[in-house]
Amino acid sequence: MSVQPNAPEGAEPTQFAFDAESEQQIATILAKYPPERKASGVLPLLYVVQKQMGRQTGSAWIPRVAMDVVAERLEMAPIRVYEVATFYLMFNTKPIGRYHLQVCTTTSCWLRGSDDVTAACKAATGIRAFGETSSDGLFTLTEVECLGACANAPILQVDDDYYEDLDGPRTIELIEALKRGERPTPGPTIDRLNSAPAGGRKVLVEDAAQKPQGQG
Amino acid sequence: MLQDKDRIFTNLYGQNDWTLAGARARGDWDGTAEILARGRDAIINEMKASGLRGRGGAGFPTGVKWSFMPRKNDGRPHYLVINGDESEPGTCKDREILRHDPHKLVESALIASFAMGAHAAYIYIRGEFHNEAMHLQHAIDEAYAAGLIGRNACGSGWDFDFYIHRGAGAYICGEETALLESLEGKKGQPRMKPPFPAAMGLYGCPTTVNNVESIAVSATILRRGAAWFSGLGRPNNAGTKLMAISGHVNTPCVFEEELGVPMKDLIEKHGGGVRGGWDNLLAVIPGGCSVPMLPRDVCDTVLMDYDSLRAEGSGLGTGCMIVMDKSTDIIAAIARFSKFFKHESCGQCTPCREGTGWMMRIMERMVEGRAEIEEIDMLEQVTRQVEGHTICALGDAAAWPIQGLIRRFRPVMEERIHAYKAAHGGTRSVQVPAGLVEAAE
Repeated sequence: MSVQPNAPEGAEPTQFAFDAESEQQIATILAKYPPERKASGVLPLLYVVQKQMGRQTGSAWIPRVAMDVVAERLEMAPIRVYEVATFYLMFNTKPIGRYHLQVCTTTSCWLRGSDDVTAACKAATGIRAFGETSSDGLFTLTEVECLGACANAPILQVDDDYYEDLDGPRTIELIEALKRGERPTPGPTIDRLNSAPAGGRKVLVEDAAQKPQGQG
Repeated sequence: MLQDKDRIFTNLYGQNDWTLAGARARGDWDGTAEILARGRDAIINEMKASGLRGRGGAGFPTGVKWSFMPRKNDGRPHYLVINGDESEPGTCKDREILRHDPHKLVESALIASFAMGAHAAYIYIRGEFHNEAMHLQHAIDEAYAAGLIGRNACGSGWDFDFYIHRGAGAYICGEETALLESLEGKKGQPRMKPPFPAAMGLYGCPTTVNNVESIAVSATILRRGAAWFSGLGRPNNAGTKLMAISGHVNTPCVFEEELGVPMKDLIEKHGGGVRGGWDNLLAVIPGGCSVPMLPRDVCDTVLMDYDSLRAEGSGLGTGCMIVMDKSTDIIAAIARFSKFFKHESCGQCTPCREGTGWMMRIMERMVEGRAEIEEIDMLEQVTRQVEGHTICALGDAAAWPIQGLIRRFRPVMEERIHAYKAAHGGTRSVQVPAGLVEAAE
C-alpha cells in the first residue's frame, strides 16, 4: 500500500476558506447526495480545495487546515478526512509545481517506451527523481500507475490532460511549450484519431469523410 | 468478424458528434419510453435471454444480476452504481464510451435503473478521467434539458436522476464494495460479503454495481432484441465486446469485436500484427494484468472469449490484450505488475498488504537473477499464501501473474539466476547485492 506524505514544515498556511467559485461548486456537489449522507462529498470537496489552491497560489495541493474546513462542512471527524486525503494518490498533501507531470510507467506504457518519457521529463525539467519539484517551481514529476489509455501508450498526464503516443523528443517539446506558457492540445502526439489505429480506421470507415464535431 | 452494421459503439473513435444531436442521429434515445413500457420483468428477461455477461472482468450474467434486486421496495431506495473506475493495467475501453458515446450510457442507465426499481444511479469514474467525466456531464445535462432523464423521464412516468462521482487515484475502488465505501466518503477498503450489495449496498440500500460497458450495451440490446445479440459470438459467450490491443503491435487501438474470434486474427487485423511478425511474439496477457499470460503457442489458436481463455488457464478479463514480443524482458514485465499491486493494495488484509511487498521484492531480485533456484518455489509458495486469503480479489490478482510467469517461463528465470551466479563468482549469499558481498570480503 502507499500513503501520501506530510507537507514539509513551514509549508502549511495558517487558514483556509472557500472562495465564491468553490462555494458554487460545493452547492452543486452536495445536491447529489442524500442530506444525511454528506460524507459522500469528501472526495469532491477535496478536489475543490485542491483546485482553489491551484488558482490562488499556483500550487494545487491540500493543506491540513483545509481538510479541517472540509470536515466541518461535511460534519465529519477531521481524522476521517485526513485518512481519505492520504489514501487517494490524486490528492497532493504537500505543495507541488505549477504543472503536475504524471508519467505512467505500468507495463503497457513501459513496453512502448515510458522510460524514454521519464528520462525526457527529467532532462527538460532538471528533476532528478520522482516526487521532486523543479528548482523553478514549475514542475513536479510523479510516477503513476496505469492511466487507462493503454492503446495510446506511452502517456504523460499534465494536470488533467493526457498527452499520448509520446516519445523522448516529443515529451521535451511538450515541456518546452509548457515553459513558454503554451498549452498544447491534449491527445495523441502522432497523426492519429484518438484510439483508432495509426494510419487510419480499419472499421467504421464508411463515415470517414466526416470531421469530429461537438464540444470539447 | 463483426460487420459495421452490428456494431454497438458506432462513434468509438469520436469521428462524429458525441453530443445529443449526434447520438440521436446514431439511433440513441429512439423509443426509450416504449422500452420502459414493457415493464421490469420483460426487460430483465430480455437481458437474460441476450446472454450478456459482465464486461468488467468477472463475466457474471448481467440479466441475472439485475434480477437479484428485491422485487418489492421495503422503504429503502434502490441504487444502480456504474463502475467506471477503469484502472486494470492494459484496459482502456470504458474511456471511449465515456468520451465518445456518453448518451448510450445515460439512456441505458435509465433503462437499467427502471428495471431494478432505482430512481437514482451513480457512476464512479476514475479521477484521472477528468475530461471524459466532463463529456459525460455534458451529456447528462443535455438529457435533463431534453426531458430524457429527471422527473418523468422520457414521458414514462419514471423519475430518474443520474450523478457522476469521481474517484481520486485508487485502483482498489474498481472492486465493487471498495467503490461503495469510496462513494460513501471513506477509504476504498473492500467489505466482507455477504451481505451482498443487492441486499445491502450503497448507504445500506439494495444496490447493483455494473461495469460501464455492461450497462452501455443494454439499450441497444433491448432495441434490437436478445436474439440479435445472442446470435453474435459463441454459445455462452454471446455478443460483441470492446477490446483493446496495447504493447508490441504495429497499430495499438481500441475496437469492438464479436466474442469467439481467434486472438491471432484480432492482433493481425486490428493491431496491424505483432512488431516484427507473428514469429516474434513472446506472450500475450489477454485481459488486463490480473489474468495469467499465454505463451505464443497458445496464442496461435486460442479464441478470444470467456470459456476458451478459461480453458487455457487464463481469462477474458476486460478483453484488453497486452502483447509482448521477443525483445521483452518477461521477468521485468511481470515484476512491474508486482510493483503495481504492492502500490495499490489497500492495506486492510495482512496477506495482501505484506505479501504484495514480499512478492515485489523477490521479483525485483528475480529480474537481476540475484536469487537462489529454490527461491522460485518459495516465491510460488508465497503467492499461494496470498491467493484466496484476502477479502477481495486483489490478492489473487497479485498472485496470478507471478504464477503464470513461473508456469510458463521458469527456464528463463533459472537461466538468469545461473547467469548472475556465474558473473559474481557463485557466491551463496546472493540475496545481498554482489557489490556489498565483495566489499565485505
